[in-house]
Amino acid sequence: MLSIRNIVKQYAGHRALDDVSLEVQSGQVFGLLGPNGAGKTSLIRIINQITAPDSGEVFFNGEKLNQSHIDRIGYLPEERGLYKKMEIGEQMIYLARLKGLSRAEAQKRLKFWFDKLGMETWWKKKIEELSKGMQQKAQFVATVLHEPDLIILDEPFSGFDPVNAEVIKDEILELNKKGATILFSTHRMESVEELCDAIALINKSHKILDGKVKAIRNSYRNDTYFVEYTGEVLGLGELAPFEIIGDTLTDDDRNTIKIKLATGKNSNDVLQYLIPKTQINMLREVIPSMHEIFIEKVNANSLSHE
Amino acid sequence: MNKVLLIIQREYLTRVRKKSFIVMIFLVPLLILAMGAIIAFVAKDSDKLSTLQIVTVADDSKIFVGKFHDVSNIKFVVSHNDLNTDKAESKKDENISTLYIPAEYKKNGSIQIFSKKKSPMQLTGEIEKQMSDIAFNYNMLQHHIDTAVIHSIKKVDISINTVEVTETGDKNSNLGANMGVGIVCAMLIYLSLFIYGGQVMRGVIEEKTSRIIEVIISSVKPFQLMLGKIIGVGLVGLTQFSAWIILSVISSKIAGHAFNTPQSFMAGIISTLSTIPFGYILGCFLFYFLTGYLLYSALFAAVGSAVDSETETQQFMFPITLPLLFTYMLSVTVLFRAPDSALAVWLSIIPFTAPVAMMVRLPFDPPAWQIALSMFMMVVGFLFTTYVAARIYRVGILMYGKKASFKELAKWFFYKE
Repeated sequence: MLSIRNIVKQYAGHRALDDVSLEVQSGQVFGLLGPNGAGKTSLIRIINQITAPDSGEVFFNGEKLNQSHIDRIGYLPEERGLYKKMEIGEQMIYLARLKGLSRAEAQKRLKFWFDKLGMETWWKKKIEELSKGMQQKAQFVATVLHEPDLIILDEPFSGFDPVNAEVIKDEILELNKKGATILFSTHRMESVEELCDAIALINKSHKILDGKVKAIRNSYRNDTYFVEYTGEVLGLGELAPFEIIGDTLTDDDRNTIKIKLATGKNSNDVLQYLIPKTQINMLREVIPSMHEIFIEKVNANSLSHE
Repeated sequence: MNKVLLIIQREYLTRVRKKSFIVMIFLVPLLILAMGAIIAFVAKDSDKLSTLQIVTVADDSKIFVGKFHDVSNIKFVVSHNDLNTDKAESKKDENISTLYIPAEYKKNGSIQIFSKKKSPMQLTGEIEKQMSDIAFNYNMLQHHIDTAVIHSIKKVDISINTVEVTETGDKNSNLGANMGVGIVCAMLIYLSLFIYGGQVMRGVIEEKTSRIIEVIISSVKPFQLMLGKIIGVGLVGLTQFSAWIILSVISSKIAGHAFNTPQSFMAGIISTLSTIPFGYILGCFLFYFLTGYLLYSALFAAVGSAVDSETETQQFMFPITLPLLFTYMLSVTVLFRAPDSALAVWLSIIPFTAPVAMMVRLPFDPPAWQIALSMFMMVVGFLFTTYVAARIYRVGILMYGKKASFKELAKWFFYKE
């Protein structure tokens, strides 16, 4: 769907993107992650042809990115904004027509979306009369009204209250189910595992990690497990196939420990060792969350640069 | 191209639909009408000859002398002194005027009336009327009165050049209507460049501060947006001007009937206005308005893109407005007195000052090649500023919180696409 190859973007004084390459598959929900100022917005602007890269290429459905692709992309910028004095219905239609829709078609689709999101009574309202959350909702509709193949959302959930954030999230997933590819940037990791099929992590203008979310998390497994057991706190013998990381957490007569396997051992070894000694309630592998991976990678990356 | 049309349409409609626009359309002609009414009223009042006016006729042509007939408040006497003595007489007494008719009276403006104060319109009107009749009769005589010939004889138009006799010498107090029209056009251009250029600038700032700019330029190129805005606002300007002109004409017609202004007064205005080549002046006005507007609004758009709020525009506005302001101030003094001086010629060729300078010079019939060169330079000028502005604009609209300086703008200009 989208292939970004060796993009370099230089601004006066700093390099926003340095040799960044990405592949976004058709139908994916793709998360573009990174701390503030990493270069996410620069990359998004290049995909939207707002700015051009100094070197490198972008391919859209196998074709080199050009003006004809503009109408196939919907873009919700991080800094939201609409014409304050313009009526919302008229404004939505205007924006859709700029994306190549006819007036009649835009009107029809807008009616559908307004009904769907409970905005029927807003048509004649001016943007400045709406609350911030309502404006965001309107802007989301403006982004998807022309039914783009690729929807690019820059920090889509910032500014929404939890209820509306949920509504928008559901809409994004539904659009994805209908075939739209979603590319969104965020620095909020909770939403990533829930939504994304694949991610790329950008830090200090470099891509430092990318791939499918499951694969990445699996690759960050490090033989760590949680064990919960009932009974007295265990002391470990020399033959234990693992070591305990940190303290034992005790709640009534239940204890929880975090363990790391010794080399060459597996979870069965742990069970075999523990079963004679105590009653096991739970054994669960610790798969690092994207949040942890993110923090770890960014910190490691920052250290290596200092 | 279709997208530019959409932008033009939005820019135009949102402005034209505003209440303030509609109010302005009707308010301005009303104000002009009110002003005209006041002037007409005052003129009517001051034009009445309260005291008996004595006109000493010094006639070198020997055609008119003795043929004047006295009317209610005007008495004609034949001069027996030389002109300077008569003039001295007029200088002493404000009720005595000296009418001087040279032998070559047919030459426009050669007939003069000398008086202590500016001669009232009623007096000059009466004299013009009588002289036209006398000249007409004289011509008929010359041609041995033949009815067939009468119709072929061209009526001689007489226009009196009023001259005030003052301590510093004779002063020509009759500013030609032509020049008046030139000045008014220059003033209109000067004002409208700022009004509509300012609207373009505010529009750009609005898009930037409301942050909609990023949504728009993900659909169209920055240049298309800038162009659409400039053309849209320009059309608003044309609409407003057309509405004003039409409404003014209608209202002044109505007012003419309603106030029943004195015949001589209206006739005076109409006869002077009819000497102006309106089509020519109007054509030039439109040309300089449009090219001047395109030239300056592009710069205004660039300024709007470089700032975060209107209060920051000052530092850029000053150098942009300076050439126009300078020319405007010169227009009523230097340009007017010496319309063919090197300064005037240069000012009317440099695109930044030409819209005002050329409109002032136009009534003085500048050489055709200068007009052609000036117009050519206007086109080159606006293409140039649009190019420069577009390069600054495309970078500026995405820059926030950066205090732009001229150095910064120059840097933006050289950014790669």
